[in-house]
Amino acid sequence: MQTNKAFQRIYTRLEAVTKATVTVRAQEVSNDELAMVGDRLAQVVKINGDRVTLQVFAGTEGLATDTEVCFTGRVPGLKVGDDLSGRFFDAYGNPIDGGARTEGEWREIGGPSVNPMKRKQPSQLIPTGIAGIDLNNTLVSGQKIPFFADPDQPYNQVMCMVALRAKVDKIILGGMGLTNDDYLFFKKSFENAGALDKIICFVNTTEQPPVERLLVPDMALTAAEYFAVDKNEKVLVLLTDMTLYADALSIVSNRMDQIPSKDSMPGSLYSDLAKIYEKAVQLPSGGSITILAVTTLSGGDITHAIPDNTGYITEGQLFLRNDSDVNKVIVDPFRSLSRLKQLVIGKQTREDHPQVMNAAVRLYADAANAKTKLENGFELSDYDERTLAFAKDYSANILAIDINIDTTEMLDRIWRMFAAYFTQTEVAIKKELMDRYWPQ
Amino acid sequence: MEKTKGKVSGIVSNLVMVRVEGPVAQNEICFIDLDGIRLMAEVIKITGDTAYVQVFESTRGLRVGCQVEFEGQMLEVTLGPGLLSSNYDGLQNNLATMEGVFLQRGCYTAALDSKRKWAFTPLVKEGDKVKAADWIGEVKEGWLPHKIMVPFKYSDDYTVKKIAPAGEYTVEEEIAVLADPKGKEHSVKMAQRWPVKVPITFYKEKPRPFQALETGVRVIDTFNPIAEGGTGFIPGPFGSGKTVLQHAISKQANVDVILMAACGERANEVVEIFAEFPLLEDPRTGRSLMERTTIICNTSNMPVAAREASVYTAMTIGEYYRAMGLRVLLLADSTSRWAQALREMSNRLEELPGQDAFPMDLPAIISGFYARAGYVYLNNGASGSITFIGTVSPAGGNLKEPVTEGTKKAARCFYALSQARADSKRYPAIDPIDSYSKYLEYPEIIEYFNEKMGEEWVPLVNEGKNFVLRGKEAYEQINILGDDGVPVAYHDRYWKSELIDFVILQQDAFDKTDSLCPMDRQKYMFEKVMGICHREFDFETFGECVDFYKGLINAFKQMNYTQFKSEEFHSYERQIEQMLSDRQKHQ
Repeated sequence: MQTNKAFQRIYTRLEAVTKATVTVRAQEVSNDELAMVGDRLAQVVKINGDRVTLQVFAGTEGLATDTEVCFTGRVPGLKVGDDLSGRFFDAYGNPIDGGARTEGEWREIGGPSVNPMKRKQPSQLIPTGIAGIDLNNTLVSGQKIPFFADPDQPYNQVMCMVALRAKVDKIILGGMGLTNDDYLFFKKSFENAGALDKIICFVNTTEQPPVERLLVPDMALTAAEYFAVDKNEKVLVLLTDMTLYADALSIVSNRMDQIPSKDSMPGSLYSDLAKIYEKAVQLPSGGSITILAVTTLSGGDITHAIPDNTGYITEGQLFLRNDSDVNKVIVDPFRSLSRLKQLVIGKQTREDHPQVMNAAVRLYADAANAKTKLENGFELSDYDERTLAFAKDYSANILAIDINIDTTEMLDRIWRMFAAYFTQTEVAIKKELMDRYWPQ
Repeated sequence: MEKTKGKVSGIVSNLVMVRVEGPVAQNEICFIDLDGIRLMAEVIKITGDTAYVQVFESTRGLRVGCQVEFEGQMLEVTLGPGLLSSNYDGLQNNLATMEGVFLQRGCYTAALDSKRKWAFTPLVKEGDKVKAADWIGEVKEGWLPHKIMVPFKYSDDYTVKKIAPAGEYTVEEEIAVLADPKGKEHSVKMAQRWPVKVPITFYKEKPRPFQALETGVRVIDTFNPIAEGGTGFIPGPFGSGKTVLQHAISKQANVDVILMAACGERANEVVEIFAEFPLLEDPRTGRSLMERTTIICNTSNMPVAAREASVYTAMTIGEYYRAMGLRVLLLADSTSRWAQALREMSNRLEELPGQDAFPMDLPAIISGFYARAGYVYLNNGASGSITFIGTVSPAGGNLKEPVTEGTKKAARCFYALSQARADSKRYPAIDPIDSYSKYLEYPEIIEYFNEKMGEEWVPLVNEGKNFVLRGKEAYEQINILGDDGVPVAYHDRYWKSELIDFVILQQDAFDKTDSLCPMDRQKYMFEKVMGICHREFDFETFGECVDFYKGLINAFKQMNYTQFKSEEFHSYERQIEQMLSDRQKHQ
């Protein structure tokens, strides 16, 4: 952030320094304003008379009480323009790919939200080829949905695969606390796919200070809004990992002596996350922002404040699980959900989609019960045996994330499985569909 | 009257401290001037000459020293014809008339269209004595008779000096002149204003609810009925179908006015209502559903202080329509977001926190709000009601958290959504065992059912519940001891409960026919199912039992998808009879 110091208000006495914030006596400061504390960027988070508290993004290590504080008079922003395409930036919007600074119109980040009446109901299916998603948890443009995954699961790989298969105009990656390896993985995958021209990345890696992450989603979404609102493009935003973003929030609130609520998260966590996710939108003009995020869990615990609040905000969640029976990573049909799928399934896909989907999941649930019976040492009925055989087939050939087929083929495959393992009464689908699709 | 002025002296997010230069009142509204943009705020705490105000907008760019002007009144809404079919934000700004794609701060729009003409009919004549909330005229709002009342703020007895003749008027034109006992004349228009946090109580009596409100949802109407003027709440973890259930109720409930407060929830859910409701037909009047609906939406990304206001705005509009003798259903999704808004503010005020950092007085605030619902007899003998159903989003799906517990004490119906049911796609996921309706214990309600559904109805419902409970117990035994480890009677017991579950409790909210089940159909189906539950079948093996009930369930499910008493319906019915008599012969 370049500033012309001659016109700036400069203060040189820090009254208080914590690990993430500094306090200085200053006049005429506005809320959310950016300042340079020495050579580090900071933002005003609290004003009490002439005592101004700033959150220093890069941390306060080594800051002396006589460090110069220089207010810039502007809030965080990003220069938006078509030349953002194909570029990699840090959390402040500075290029990290060796290229030149971008030119364009300056926009504040974290701006106002879209009037709900000016939104359009999402209605465009985003096919990914992964049956666990397309069939059971269909993605729709304008949707916001996270992967809930344990840190050892290949969520970044799956997300990257989904992004590259989706038919969108722009893919914007917001990386928060990405390991350098994962960052390079994304970069390499995008390059290999020859998709660089539609990629924009804002990245904060683990090598950089955690508080900087707080800027990443807003940067990514401001760029997304430019392309979706101004250019009517379909934009897919990838945010990984939102758990690390929330951790950074709690660091700052903790340093400001706020009373923590559940799981030592700030009381405003829900609103903070909602501000980000609700940027997902389908506009009447055709532009859209779809958000695919990652929330890492600790041991699959979704009752922790971060996944819990996320689940209430997002339109469903995708759960990855390693199925030991078929030794593949699958999209868990029980715990995954896409709330918007009702808007497209059976409408943009074949009419039997909703019922086939539900019947298959129900039979898969019966298999889970049969498995419990087996584990408890009980004899299995013939039906139980058949559900178990079905479950194996279903898991390996439908739920596994390495599947890449279209939805009609997915449905046909399931009908074949139904016929192979069950009677029509056991499948219990509306009769007219049964008559039409049951394999002869 | 001179307005009190002040200057901003501190800012923490949307909590702003103001040094005031005169008297201010708790909950008074003020406007902060930021370079010409006027930001609305509400006083929430006063110490010495500092007023703490919560700003209903983003405070980005606000500076110490910004001018503040106090309005001398609390947060108010405008009440008058034109509220229905409008879409408002939490502060009653009309969202449809806002400019631009984005919600710009400091941008406020009028609640009612000042140009629109309404066909007015007077209901009083000159010389009549009237007081606050008395009906003095009527306009047609859609198909509803919208009563024009003496403004609620008028606290005297008045004489009608002048009343406008039948004709077309806007909400800003004078339709009456009232004289107070001192002879002072007051000009009355069709629109009036009222503070949202003060209940509108111009009624004679608030009796215990005494009749059921039909929602078309079987697990509610049959198993846990809600009373007209009653209260209920729906707690459930995310993904358990709270919103789908609320939408189903709103589409079908037998009421005159629907108010939906989308409080801190997803914008796309509101968009769904915007998109669907105008196309949907009110199943009872055949008119567009939107005609009887007002949406107050403060989605999760809209400012948090306005979220707190939104539920009060909705309730106040509800009380206004109740005072006209109409039946109102108010749905708030979700009251947890409202409580969280209170928590955020309490945190910023650095109040000592209660459990989970919620403010200490949360239970009192919740019950105070639920108490505003109810059935009332108006002073003129008419009656009106507000039935209130709130959803609760318990953190981590744990029902032992402050909002759920606080609400449980206030609401009379409890519709617990269960994750296990949602996971196995048994929708609506209302847990048949944990849920309850206190109204089923009300003698008034029992009498109502005796009259409407027959004296055997309530005992039959209780018996049905018992079947479900016994079925669950049997299921646990089967799970512990194995299919062959228990008598076949256990399987029979379990499958009878499954029959009730699949045919009565589960309902396809996305199927045109099944989603709305009228009371006579509910009675027919429930009695049919219970008739089977009462029969004894002599099964040799558990496999025989399982196959028999699965066949029955399948036929019943198909029956649920057909038109009531259509040829198809009866053909499935005959199929079921056949299965039963085959079984009987077998023995």
